[in-house]
Amino acid sequence: MSLFGLKFGKKKLKEEERQLQANNRDFNLQFEYANNTIKTSKYNFFTFLPLNLFEQFQRIANAYFLFLLILQLIPQISSLAWFTTVVPLVLVLAVSGVKDAIDDFNRHKSDKHVNNRPVQVLINGMLKDEKWMNVQVGDIIKLENNNFVTADLLLLSSSEPHSLTYIETAELDGETNLKVKQALTVTAELGEDLQKLTEFNGEVRCEAPNNKLDKFTGTLTLRGEKYALDNEKMLLRGCTIRNTEWCFGLVIYAGPDTKLMQNSGKTTFKRTSIDRLMNVLVLVIFAFLGLMCLILAIGNGIWEYNKGYYFQVYLPWAEGVDSASYSGFLMFWSYVIILNTVVPISLYVSVEIIRLGNSFYINWDSKMYYPLSDTPAQARTTTLNEELGQIKYIFSDKTGTLTQNIMCFNKCSINGKSYGDVHDMSGQRIEITENTEKVDFSYNQLADPKFAFYDHSLVEAVKLSDVPTHRFFRLLSLCHTVMPEEKKEGSLVYQAQSPDEGALVTAARNFGFVFRARTPETITVVEMGETKIYKLLAILDFNNVRKRMSVIVQSPEGDLTLYCKGADTILYELLHSSCDSLKEETTEHLNEFAGEGLRTLVVAYKNLDKDYFQDWSKRHHEASTALEGREDKLSELYEEIEKDLMLLGATAIEDKLQDGVPQTIETLAKANIKIWVLTGDKQETAMNIGYSCNLLNDDMDDVFIIEGSTSGDVLNELRNARKKMKPDSFLDSDEINIQFEKSSKNSKVVPDEQANGVYGLVITGHSLAYALEGNLELELVRTACLCKVVICCRVTPLQKAQVVELVKKYKKAVTLAIGDGANDVSMIKTAHIGVGISGQEGMQAVLSSDFSFAQFRYLQRLLLVHGRWSYIRMCKFLKYFFYKNFAFTLVHFWYGFFSGFSAQTVYDEWFITLYNLVYTSLPVLGMSLFDQDVDDRWSMLFPQLYVPGQQNLYFNKVVFVKCMLQGIYSSLILFFIPFGAMYNTMRSDGKAIADYQSFALMAQTCLLIVVSVQIGLDTSYWTVVNQFFIWGSLSVYFAITFTMYSDGMYLIFTASFPFIGTARNTLGQPNVWLAIFLSITLCVLPVVGFRFLKAQLRPTPSDKVLLKIKEAKKRPPPPSPKRRLRRTSTRRSGYAFSHQHGFGALIMSGRNMRPKSPFATTGTFSPNSDKYKHKGL
Amino acid sequence: MKNKTSFPPQEGETHPSRCPDNSAFKQQKLPAWKPHLTLATVLSTFFLTGAFCLSVGVCLILSANSVREIQIDYSEKCSDCSKLRENTSNWNKECHCFVNFTLKEDILGDVFMYYGLKNFYQNHRRYVVSRSDAQLLGRNVNIQKSSCAPFTTYQNGTPMAPCGAIANSMFNDTIDLFYNINSSVIQVPLLKTGNSWWTDKNVKFHNPKSYNVSSAFAETARPPYWQKPVYLLDEEDEKNNGYVNDDFIIWMRVSAFATFRNLYRRVSRVRQFADGLPAGNYTFHISYNFPVSKFKGRKHVILSTVVWSGGSNPFLGIAYVVSGTVAALTGFVITAIHLKLRKKKTYFQK
Repeated sequence: MSLFGLKFGKKKLKEEERQLQANNRDFNLQFEYANNTIKTSKYNFFTFLPLNLFEQFQRIANAYFLFLLILQLIPQISSLAWFTTVVPLVLVLAVSGVKDAIDDFNRHKSDKHVNNRPVQVLINGMLKDEKWMNVQVGDIIKLENNNFVTADLLLLSSSEPHSLTYIETAELDGETNLKVKQALTVTAELGEDLQKLTEFNGEVRCEAPNNKLDKFTGTLTLRGEKYALDNEKMLLRGCTIRNTEWCFGLVIYAGPDTKLMQNSGKTTFKRTSIDRLMNVLVLVIFAFLGLMCLILAIGNGIWEYNKGYYFQVYLPWAEGVDSASYSGFLMFWSYVIILNTVVPISLYVSVEIIRLGNSFYINWDSKMYYPLSDTPAQARTTTLNEELGQIKYIFSDKTGTLTQNIMCFNKCSINGKSYGDVHDMSGQRIEITENTEKVDFSYNQLADPKFAFYDHSLVEAVKLSDVPTHRFFRLLSLCHTVMPEEKKEGSLVYQAQSPDEGALVTAARNFGFVFRARTPETITVVEMGETKIYKLLAILDFNNVRKRMSVIVQSPEGDLTLYCKGADTILYELLHSSCDSLKEETTEHLNEFAGEGLRTLVVAYKNLDKDYFQDWSKRHHEASTALEGREDKLSELYEEIEKDLMLLGATAIEDKLQDGVPQTIETLAKANIKIWVLTGDKQETAMNIGYSCNLLNDDMDDVFIIEGSTSGDVLNELRNARKKMKPDSFLDSDEINIQFEKSSKNSKVVPDEQANGVYGLVITGHSLAYALEGNLELELVRTACLCKVVICCRVTPLQKAQVVELVKKYKKAVTLAIGDGANDVSMIKTAHIGVGISGQEGMQAVLSSDFSFAQFRYLQRLLLVHGRWSYIRMCKFLKYFFYKNFAFTLVHFWYGFFSGFSAQTVYDEWFITLYNLVYTSLPVLGMSLFDQDVDDRWSMLFPQLYVPGQQNLYFNKVVFVKCMLQGIYSSLILFFIPFGAMYNTMRSDGKAIADYQSFALMAQTCLLIVVSVQIGLDTSYWTVVNQFFIWGSLSVYFAITFTMYSDGMYLIFTASFPFIGTARNTLGQPNVWLAIFLSITLCVLPVVGFRFLKAQLRPTPSDKVLLKIKEAKKRPPPPSPKRRLRRTSTRRSGYAFSHQHGFGALIMSGRNMRPKSPFATTGTFSPNSDKYKHKGL
Repeated sequence: MKNKTSFPPQEGETHPSRCPDNSAFKQQKLPAWKPHLTLATVLSTFFLTGAFCLSVGVCLILSANSVREIQIDYSEKCSDCSKLRENTSNWNKECHCFVNFTLKEDILGDVFMYYGLKNFYQNHRRYVVSRSDAQLLGRNVNIQKSSCAPFTTYQNGTPMAPCGAIANSMFNDTIDLFYNINSSVIQVPLLKTGNSWWTDKNVKFHNPKSYNVSSAFAETARPPYWQKPVYLLDEEDEKNNGYVNDDFIIWMRVSAFATFRNLYRRVSRVRQFADGLPAGNYTFHISYNFPVSKFKGRKHVILSTVVWSGGSNPFLGIAYVVSGTVAALTGFVITAIHLKLRKKKTYFQK
């Protein structure tokens, strides 16, 4: 999605303020605001050819070949026929062109899909169905339930009371809980009266388009009066309308100006590090080529001066050549043409093909296919494969990526008894698996069928009417801010602000305490089949300081009770002293729960005295209407009543991780990959997940928490952390500090440092904002990279991208970002590799990702198997490719010294044309598509095998130089063995042997057999296809050679095939074959010896692992170990109520209640949403 | 951007599962041979190759040594002629030169006579391309368009036949061999045909179709350096005249290097030469036409026998012996290193 807004941005000055008037297109048109079309495609039908060719020729290699082609057309220089360059060049351009065209076609399709979504627009007093792309700034549009918001809208009115509108922002920020937006009262009056809406002519002035999701300022001028606008009244593109029958909105920002698009960042064309290295190498090769040509040109000058001048008797100088130096100059270019094959154009094509092939393997992998959602893995970008084998940093989103965003009521402790574990006859705890018998809730008709619980004793307790147990569940069914929804009798759906609350209420529902309906004053609960209506007297709502919430209710019998639930640390202080012994038991249980990574919560109650409550209630009323210090007064009152509570027990909720997350993280950690979690969640939740998925654990030496609220605080915290991890890192003598002094200012790369232990770092979004500022960046990178795990919480989408950018900037490492929501898009686009979790509702992340699959655990297979293979294959390919072309081309160089530096080629021109294209392309492709050093099972079992990729060991400049040297050595052999074998000798029938054509044939046959043997040596996994390619290529070589050298071809195309008869006459000679055999021996044996000795004398760590595997293979493979990670944490997490203030005030005010409801006598929330049905709540 | 994926999975029930095929190819589980460099394979490779190379090398050296070869540099011995030829104005003056040599032993078997040139860059790019294959096929072509430059036509437009630098520079010394026996001189019978490749003689070269050779080359002229036109190359043998003359064909097959030898004649094994050349005194009778001194070239005349591996060049034999020795030695070194390492390993293993 690269060209957003570019067109507009260039045309006019940067917009400073936006001004628009509702229902007045003419007025709005003068500002040339972008309409709601989005364009991610690059070309159209007519611009494709010129633009695409222009882009392709921007590649150094393609431009170079064009240049070569031009050179070849100059007759004095042309040393090779034109077809040697044109054929490959056209082929390359065509292949890339077709690929680009297909990609762009798909982008067109997806743009078209989005742009053509229907929406109702108010035009001339009528609601008309329009396409999204035709929506203009200033239009009024109508959205219905479950619609995607079309553009950034100002909410005008809605079907709900007080013009509330519920939206889900998962696409934007990843939070799945509902948010409420409310329109201005003046606009809310418009209702759905089309007449009034058409007459509405409010004028909006607001800030220019920007990417701040949580901020909006503007004013609405209506009938001369000004109203302030803020984010609470905005519906942003990317959100989904929920629980709201309809709403009207005024388009403020459209298309590329919307906050979603502004946040999506620009796609930069991603290139792999090997791409970049290849570009450098190509330049190096050019330089090398230039040097060789220069040497040969000088040689030619000298030769022409010393010999050629006198040889003019038989060979006069070419026309226009009057001096040896001019001849040398021309020869320089002739040699450029001949030696150009060191940078073969087919390199790029082959690289693309290999990547494409390896991408297909990802699509085809049945082990990355998720049957539940029928989602296979998908390689959406096919040019980044080998980079998957080099990942060093993973940036992961939390919700939906690590976790399923499903909360489960897992365990509880009631009155000192712990429930939730399953025990066998002998009292041993058994693991809960899919086969464990679930508790049967059929006695309860209102039970949620998806709720699963395994401990039967709890049901027994409920059935036996155990008083504390009943009270416990009554509390859970009363003390919350959940909204019920009952579309059909008996099918209840809860709308919870936080999934935790939903889980608790659902648990109570299943055990027979069904929360059925609420009004501002009452709560209807069906207790064990008996409907009871409680009077709701007060909600003492949750906030971050209180960390608890209470309700005060009056039972039908008239008893006043306060029910309270909250974090244990807080609630324990408020308990009545009579609970001390129970407290101890409960604490034990709490520790147990926390140890399993569950989120815990303590529940307590208190019976209230009527008189006291009336007094309190009066004061409460006064306080809540106070004009000054309302908050303080209220919290004082709350504290007053929430004390001397009676402990009931504790609940434990599991924030369900995706399958296999802890194991995956453990494996990735073994592969030396660092994992950073970037989440929009609050700190407690994030850390809790950190513990439960084994990122953080109690074995760590320390977990630093950075939460400073000024730049200075953050700096101090970061420095203190670093001081602890590496005390000497502040000394001037520290290597890295010294290195910094030396290195230039703008390109600082922080080398890896070693900490003195295992540490974790948690940083909040607020502090992160400071830390990402200029001077703190470096501190952050150095501190964070010392830690094994970094968790950033409360971060915005943009900050996610900034963090990734930061690591990219200061670390020479490959980064991968993985996420599922629209809030991860920027991060996914920024990282070297972006992975989207597919199969969820939002597709934004997947659409902008490079790879996608359904489950986080597939990441290990993607990296350790596919990534590793792709990387190894690519490296092997490059090594071999450079080798074969050096060996091929440098023979010309040596021949130059024996042919008067006249740019005479050693081989037949056809051989030169076909060498890269036909004779040697398939075997190396076969290797790069099929090779495996160890199979997938072993590479998962030994994650250490991944490390060489991270360190870039298999292909780098040193390796390249080695290939080059090997190529030079081979070319020497390939020239001098045939030379020696032919020099001053004759055939066995006495005829001369050393003619040019025989020599050419012998040299090219030698070369081809040598490089074929070499590929055989490099191939470690010989499938049928490899065999076929290698033997096939050799046979094809001989077949083509004999055909081209045949009588018929000569008689038809005399000028093109002058080598007639050479193959027949030469290949029958014994010493030709002896020379070929000797060349093979001399080229290949040293390589065999060297490789073997290197593995023996200086084994790399992965050599050792391979050896281990080899030994292990002799024994039957071990069954893949079934590890169950026991979490040993004793840390307890508080309860994630919600990110914001609770809904309490809203409920009490009754503003969100509607008078009518189909089933319950009292109001329900809203009948429309079916969203949570999927989620099993 | 595939739209399929944007449908929620529930809708997918109607169309088939998107589960990838479980084929060995797609799952990268094709059966394969997985060779490894093990000690056994490496050592056997080295020792076997070493043994093979050594034996082949010895055979090659032995057979190369059995080749009898006499090589005489006559550009030096015929210095007078060579000086005469330096001046191009003497091109039509004949110059003869006699080179004597003695055979101490008989040369048995087929004896081949070569002329050798040194420092003659037949492999120069512009030289190599300077010919017209179509013309040599006997086709009527416009050689102005061929790559024969600068030897295409004379100023008056008469095309050269054959055209091009290669043809123009054809070696035109004539060498005869005389056997001096008992003060009588016998000319050794030499065969001048059958020296070129069959494909060249029968496919690549054809005279233009005409009732006789000389008329076939009407309206063409000899190349400037030639003393006689192409249809007079061999007046005795119609099948060896014109473009299909063996000496011409051999010359046109340009050499890969600046030093080369071309087959000139074969000794005809008749009469006293039925077993080869008997020991005794011989004389080369050379008609010296081809100037080489100008570009510091050298001319040789060579008499040689051949064996299965060709001529007397010992290069391959030596190279094989050396390679074989090195391979075998490396094999021993690897064995030694391995033994040492194994000791170390057992020492370190607890």
